[in-house]
Amino acid sequence: MTEFLAMGGYAAYVWGAYGVMALLLATECWHLRHRHRALRARLRRLARLPGLEEGT
Amino acid sequence: MRTRRKRLLLVLVGVAGLVLATALVLNAFRDNLVFFHTPSDIRAAVVPLDRSVRIGGLVEDGSVRREADGVTVYFRVTDTVVAVPVVYHGILPSLFREGQGVVATGRLQDDGVFRASQVMARHDETYMPPEAFEAIEQAQREQARTLLPEGR
Amino acid sequence: MAERGVQWFRFAAPARFYGLAGRLVPWLAGVAMLLFAFGVYLGLAVAPPDYQQGDSYRILYIHVPAAWMSMFLYLLMAAYAVIGLVWRIKVAQAMARAVAPTGALFTVLALWTGALWGKPTWGVFWVWDARLTSELILLFLYLGYMALHAAIDDRRRADDASALLALVGVVNVPIIYFSVRWWNTLHQGASIRVTEAPTMATIMFVTLLVMTLACWLYASAVILARARIEVLEREHHSAWAQAVLEKPE
Repeated sequence: MTEFLAMGGYAAYVWGAYGVMALLLATECWHLRHRHRALRARLRRLARLPGLEEGT
Repeated sequence: MRTRRKRLLLVLVGVAGLVLATALVLNAFRDNLVFFHTPSDIRAAVVPLDRSVRIGGLVEDGSVRREADGVTVYFRVTDTVVAVPVVYHGILPSLFREGQGVVATGRLQDDGVFRASQVMARHDETYMPPEAFEAIEQAQREQARTLLPEGR
Repeated sequence: MAERGVQWFRFAAPARFYGLAGRLVPWLAGVAMLLFAFGVYLGLAVAPPDYQQGDSYRILYIHVPAAWMSMFLYLLMAAYAVIGLVWRIKVAQAMARAVAPTGALFTVLALWTGALWGKPTWGVFWVWDARLTSELILLFLYLGYMALHAAIDDRRRADDASALLALVGVVNVPIIYFSVRWWNTLHQGASIRVTEAPTMATIMFVTLLVMTLACWLYASAVILARARIEVLEREHHSAWAQAVLEKPE
């Protein structure tokens, strides 16, 4: 196990690369979900205001 | 419909012009886009010698010599035609070895020795496990042995 | 001919796209996650170390797919942008904008993992050779596209202006790809070419393919999800969008 984690002495580089990928992809997914929810909530609020359109 | 075709035509003409312009620019700057010069270039003095340049090639087999201080290294960079002697003080990348690609940044001294301030290793696009490499070496040795009598 | 064209365009109608993409995204994302898990397992635990580079070459399994995606997604973005520009198809305009952030993400990933691979093998994190420089320009093109689109308030004009920028940047993609052949660079040549056998052991090649497929599916999932948001935002006055909003997610 220790040997596996050591990656033949390149641990910082190999784990750094795989870690950054996991971090970036997870962040993008989280951000998309957040954006979708926020947009739906905003548009619903907008729909509940009769006669008041966006930007007027 | 006519405006759509006009837009398409404009886009196509624009792209064609852009491609042409890029090709011309890249052609004009061809020499400056080169990352390193070969030992032959250096010997033929086609590169300016009064400023720092990069030299690239293979580390000649059997040419690496380390000084007793542990940080000074002598080796020759070859493009299999011309070899240029190089001296370097510092830590070499782990992939630096004889027969492998190398790029050195530095300056050619008056005595013909290239004084490197930085040494980078190159590697090729071949990847395989160590066992596969040994098998290939073994096969090559055997082939050489069987071919030798015929060659004589 | 023209009639059939109209029929085909109806498939690209925003309402239909929104529903179809919504059904596709969970499947694409799910399979992508499974393939990522399998690919990372192969890449870190099963594939043998390289005869020259030892374990540091394992970064390749991220670096190469990320670099491929960064170039492919740029072409995809430009293609959608041009379709949107010439034929005024709403879904294409939304798709072009949806591709950009994911393309930029894969470009960052390719540059970052490239630096982490370059340090132990070449001895440097970064050099200004043709391959690395043109990939950095690709990142700036993505960022420029997104900034330009965000800077123009009128959505139609923003689509048109950024489509032109995307189109201009297309010349950079072949430069990235062929830079290692046209000029001498510190970066090595391509291991996988269409016309030749790959210059790597079979298990390494299979691992690379699994990771590449995972990246493809992941990119499809997030781009479709983002395009749905984009379409909903653009079309929120329309009847179908109002109907979608009535229903709980």
